[in-house]
Amino acid sequence: MNVVMQGISKAFGPVRVLEEVDFAIAGGEIHALMGENGAGKSTLMKILSGVYRSDGGSIRIDGQPVEIRSTRQAEACGIAIIHQELNLIPQLSVMENLFLGREPSRFGVIDSARMRREASAQLAALGADNIDPEAEAGLLSIGQQQMVEIAKALAMNARLLIMDEPTAALTEREIDTLFGLMQALKARGVAIVYVSHRMEEIFRICDKISVLRDGRFVGERVIARTDFDEVVRMMVGREIGDRFPRRTAAPGAVRLQVTGLADAQHVRDISFEVRAGEVLGVAGLMGAGRSEILKTLFGLNRRCAGAVLLDGVALELDSPGAAIAAGLAFVTEDRKSQGLVLGMSVRENATLVHLPQYARLGVVSDAAEQQAVAGLIEQLRIRTRDAELEVKSLSGGNQQKVVFAKWLAQPPKVLLLDEPTRGVDVGGKAEIYHIINQLAAAGVAIVMVSSELPEVMAMSNRILVIHEGRQTGLFEAASATQESIMAAATGTAHAA
Amino acid sequence: MTPKQKATLQRLGPFIALVLVSVGLAVLSPDFLTVANLLNVMRQVSINALIAFGMTLVILLGGIDLSVGSILALSSVAIATLIQAGFNPLLATLLGVVGGGLMGLFNGLVISKGKVAPFIATLASMTILRGLALVVSGGSPITGFDSDLFSMLGGGYVAGLVPIPVVWMLIMFGLFAFLLKKTVFGRHVYATGGNEEAARLSGVKVDQIKLWVYTLSGAMSAMAGVVLTSRLNSAQPTAGSGYELDAIAAVVLGGTSLTGGRGWIFGTLMGALLIGVLNNGLNLLGVSSFYQQVIKGVVILLAVLIDRSGKK
Repeated sequence: MNVVMQGISKAFGPVRVLEEVDFAIAGGEIHALMGENGAGKSTLMKILSGVYRSDGGSIRIDGQPVEIRSTRQAEACGIAIIHQELNLIPQLSVMENLFLGREPSRFGVIDSARMRREASAQLAALGADNIDPEAEAGLLSIGQQQMVEIAKALAMNARLLIMDEPTAALTEREIDTLFGLMQALKARGVAIVYVSHRMEEIFRICDKISVLRDGRFVGERVIARTDFDEVVRMMVGREIGDRFPRRTAAPGAVRLQVTGLADAQHVRDISFEVRAGEVLGVAGLMGAGRSEILKTLFGLNRRCAGAVLLDGVALELDSPGAAIAAGLAFVTEDRKSQGLVLGMSVRENATLVHLPQYARLGVVSDAAEQQAVAGLIEQLRIRTRDAELEVKSLSGGNQQKVVFAKWLAQPPKVLLLDEPTRGVDVGGKAEIYHIINQLAAAGVAIVMVSSELPEVMAMSNRILVIHEGRQTGLFEAASATQESIMAAATGTAHAA
Repeated sequence: MTPKQKATLQRLGPFIALVLVSVGLAVLSPDFLTVANLLNVMRQVSINALIAFGMTLVILLGGIDLSVGSILALSSVAIATLIQAGFNPLLATLLGVVGGGLMGLFNGLVISKGKVAPFIATLASMTILRGLALVVSGGSPITGFDSDLFSMLGGGYVAGLVPIPVVWMLIMFGLFAFLLKKTVFGRHVYATGGNEEAARLSGVKVDQIKLWVYTLSGAMSAMAGVVLTSRLNSAQPTAGSGYELDAIAAVVLGGTSLTGGRGWIFGTLMGALLIGVLNNGLNLLGVSSFYQQVIKGVVILLAVLIDRSGKK
């Protein structure tokens, strides 16, 4: 199936989100759609899948002009979208999800036998026969849930799949499985639009790439004939300099010393030290227990064994409040559910942690608070028209900077970072790396968990690798290779 | 209109509704717009408003407190029993309000430490406390306190004009508005209601916040009980049933979101006044009390629907 979108425009009120954007994809092609957050990728895909209607432009499928007015019509045209937040109903079984809204039935009574049979067949066709059709969908791993979504789309005869950040929550192994499946679908002539920020993956799996910037179409390239630098240039419209800015300051004395740390179930025998001005990267597969180390240090998970010294003084670690008082800060993995109060303003979020600092006898001084927030906005280059705007109106990168602001109102001694650039576009990432470097230069000891190996390798002084709750490697970043880290992360090497 | 102006207008919705309804009633009934009648309305509203102020905090947390009416009843009969046992009336009142706070604290403990859903926890305590009120009073009203001071608390007037319950209401309005808008505690209430997980991770002691909020709600219910008991010169174990719904209606009419994190005390005061003005006006117009209920329900529904459509 060939889909050609031409001159697509869309405005929400006075805001023009898309201006005469072109996009074309053919059957048997995996086509990356890239652009910074707010460039218009999601809007374009929502128009293609019938969620929004375009204000202008045309869509042709196999040469025939079509009008896509609803998601139902998009489905009828063979277009399906696999959302980043998976849309399965967690309490229903896999097969009930697969057949939701079109259950095989006789006189209104569901034919479960037939449903089970067809569900098994569909899953098997994707090589996902390890998924039990009667299992509760919510109990499957994210990767398996995604398989079910894809099976559901194909069961409705989808010929064009739109995948929005499909690998964001997958383990390396699941990503391999997904890519294998995508290759198989491609061979069957399915067209796949792949929306992602992960450059390495795009260069690994995609055939072509289209780039949007500020709602305009910048260009299309054949993957084999382009490179990282060109794509980044197309996305940001300027040179961003180094993708990973360099840090010059040398680490100082040991700040944080962890020995034999264990929590109730996820991690055991974790020992490391971080110096002032040093970034310790923590690598490992999803679910290896990286975040749990940070949570235990921050007093969220109970510590069952081990000692933690900060500047030589033992820490109790029994609550976030105690951790904050001791000088720890924690930028959490999921900023929407854990980092920000979305309905509150930029100002209220930025001062959430250290609010008592601007208060006397529990009464907040507006002037002191506003002044501090203005300083943080300036320091972190948070782009917002007004500190009183709701934080959810900001772009992902700027939201993440507000999370940083929350912790920097009073400089921490130790900064724990969990996936600090997830969902942040290229330009925003570079700015966050700058912030990390500034903090390191100011003597903060930083522990950074990240799933993006290039990020870990470029930003860290040393790299701690975790596999199934135990540490399997501790590398100097200068001498580590992607291979040696992955070997330790998958438990196939015994370094350290 | 900038988004900020639009938001402000949106927030003033309850106030505008109150003005519109009042103008309408003033046109329809010559008795409505008199100082005496307006003060009368405010006096009638005060009990609901006191409870609703506490309820606003609870709802801002994303919770609900169904036990307010039962707390009102139990603290009323407790105060009455103490006074009749010879306690100083002011001391008895103070003990009653503290007692109401402790009943609220119990709710808070069950909710924060026992991890029970607020609806269930307060449904249970509503029943328990109502039962205790009947036990303490033996099932019948406790009447006659023989204390001028105590009857002043709910029945007196300042300068022979302004009912004392109205003064309580305005003082508490000021206190709660200040608490929410200006203090660290207030900010933490909004943060906890808006995103409990993020608040906890930011070092906000969310359990403590919950305990305080339910305690305040209990104390405010007891205070409403003081006003009621003093005015009637009688404490009734069955008093206050259904008051939780009036309070919730006032909070919701005021624009506070039932999912938590968004709302304000001024809106709640407007909501309570709107309900009071409607009651009063419909009485003045001689509308049957059966129809009054229908009209009140429709107004609540309309107000919330308008509020919703404005948010889209």
